[in-house]
Amino acid sequence: MAPVSVVQPGWPFSSRSFRAFQCWLTVYRRIWRSSIWSSVLGPICYIGALGFGLGTLVDKHSTASLGGVSYLAFVAPAILASGAMNTGMAEASYPVFGSLKWNRIYIGAQASPLRPADIFRGHLMFMTMRLAMNCAIVMVVMWAFGAIESPWVVLAYPAAVLTGLAFAAPIAAWAVTVKVETSFNYVFRFVVMPLMLFSGTFFPLSQLPAGLRALAEAMPLWHGVALCRAFSLGTAADDPVGMLGHVAYLTVLAAAGIWAGARTYRRRLYV
Amino acid sequence: MLERPETEVLVRARGLTKRFGGFTAVDGIDFDLYRGEAFGFLGPNGAGKSSTMRMIGCVSPPTSGELSILGRDPVRDGSAIRARLGVVPQEDTLDMELTVRENLLVYGRYFGLSRRVIRERTAALLDFVQLTDRAGDKVDPLSGGLKRRLTIARSLINEPEILILDEPTTGLDPQARHVVWDRLFRLKQRGVTLILTTHYMDEAEQLCDRLVVMDHGRFAAAGSPRDLIARYCSPEVLELRFDPELHDAAADKLRDSSAERTEVLADRILLYVPDGDAALAAVRATGLEPLTSLVRRGTLEDVFLRLTGRRLED
Repeated sequence: MAPVSVVQPGWPFSSRSFRAFQCWLTVYRRIWRSSIWSSVLGPICYIGALGFGLGTLVDKHSTASLGGVSYLAFVAPAILASGAMNTGMAEASYPVFGSLKWNRIYIGAQASPLRPADIFRGHLMFMTMRLAMNCAIVMVVMWAFGAIESPWVVLAYPAAVLTGLAFAAPIAAWAVTVKVETSFNYVFRFVVMPLMLFSGTFFPLSQLPAGLRALAEAMPLWHGVALCRAFSLGTAADDPVGMLGHVAYLTVLAAAGIWAGARTYRRRLYV
Repeated sequence: MLERPETEVLVRARGLTKRFGGFTAVDGIDFDLYRGEAFGFLGPNGAGKSSTMRMIGCVSPPTSGELSILGRDPVRDGSAIRARLGVVPQEDTLDMELTVRENLLVYGRYFGLSRRVIRERTAALLDFVQLTDRAGDKVDPLSGGLKRRLTIARSLINEPEILILDEPTTGLDPQARHVVWDRLFRLKQRGVTLILTTHYMDEAEQLCDRLVVMDHGRFAAAGSPRDLIARYCSPEVLELRFDPELHDAAADKLRDSSAERTEVLADRILLYVPDGDAALAAVRATGLEPLTSLVRRGTLEDVFLRLTGRRLED
């Protein structure tokens, strides 16, 4: 007699989600070598080119609008946060679509005791692991370039992972419903790129006109950037309420994605 | 429907219906599947076979009607039921990046099996499907037949009571098909209940104890292959092929012949008769001379043609 699984209420990340996660680990063990290079080279290029290259130019003028710190120290935590966004987007878009259409991992898993919500959460656990890996690499690069100003930076790490999850969870919940893969191009071009440029990443938001500034501050990446920067520069204690606000914003977004994903996966897989 | 009350009913459906928007894929079917039998759904593409399989596989909630699998409700207890099912889908869902062995490992983990149990079962299953020497190879370069055998091995990792096979040999060459049939037959001998769909009549005849002919979401007939042939087909079939110029004229003439039934296909004319050789002699006696003629026994293909007016593989 085969063991009978029991429905486990409450904690959404059941052992069944973990079983789905293990599938991704097994696959990743085969392909991690190819993915690790872009994870390492990306931050080195960005922090090197912007922090040092552009930074030497910027630092010759007044850095008052940066808060009196070097451009390198200003931009590095933003690269950490926007890198998390990019990882979250990359892991939650094509891989989710492909799990339905290309390698059909979801279709195979669906025939097992795993429920659509387990399949979603297991994949999300893997995305979180990838975020944790890539953010750790960026932080090591930041440290190696001397871009860190405060020991509070350790809190920038969970902040960056949360930023990535605030993108990954809702995007995965949406990606499973996508019919044609070109939809992702629009998101990358019209969501990811503007957010990357206008979220206080490369220049402070004080440089923007008031209307645009308010818009940028409503976007998720700005909250991630503000959080990571405050921890890296050690200024978080100056505005604890603001910090809590950023964390709350990102947590709500991630939670909404986790909630929605269980539903969209079910609707897509149980037809 | 044949009654076999002495055995346990594993799947029971009453008025089972599946609609997609305005389209009715499965239109109120009733059936009971018994433990240990091999049950086939035979029909052309779009007949509703795969939709029925997906409902039995607990990945597609019925629109209406009753369905119980292993005594449970597939919507409420889908996960628990799936723990006791094996599924061989129409298209393989193997992970091409992984090795043969890793595919079984990943799948076994889905079922919550320990690595030790998976290791033991993997050895036995790969032996069963004759893939032991490919255990460490990547899946991608394997032939279609080997991939199918791996899919079957994978579907058995949880020692399922019911194995659901959706067109198990579609796309395989004849030799690979025979290997798959042989393995499925052995599984049946071991007591695994097989539910399969096919549009190959020879597959249905080889494997199924009972089958239903499905068309437009309904059952056109049900019974054992032998019963169906006896009920819906003459003992022999005479196949005639004429010069294309004369095809229509010959068809007109043969419609009035003494055959039980005449089917005019695009390229051939089939006469359903008790005695094929005698019928051929009678055709020749009327002055018609076919280019080729063939006398054969009635098959499920003829049953299907009779019941639906269409050929299976169209």
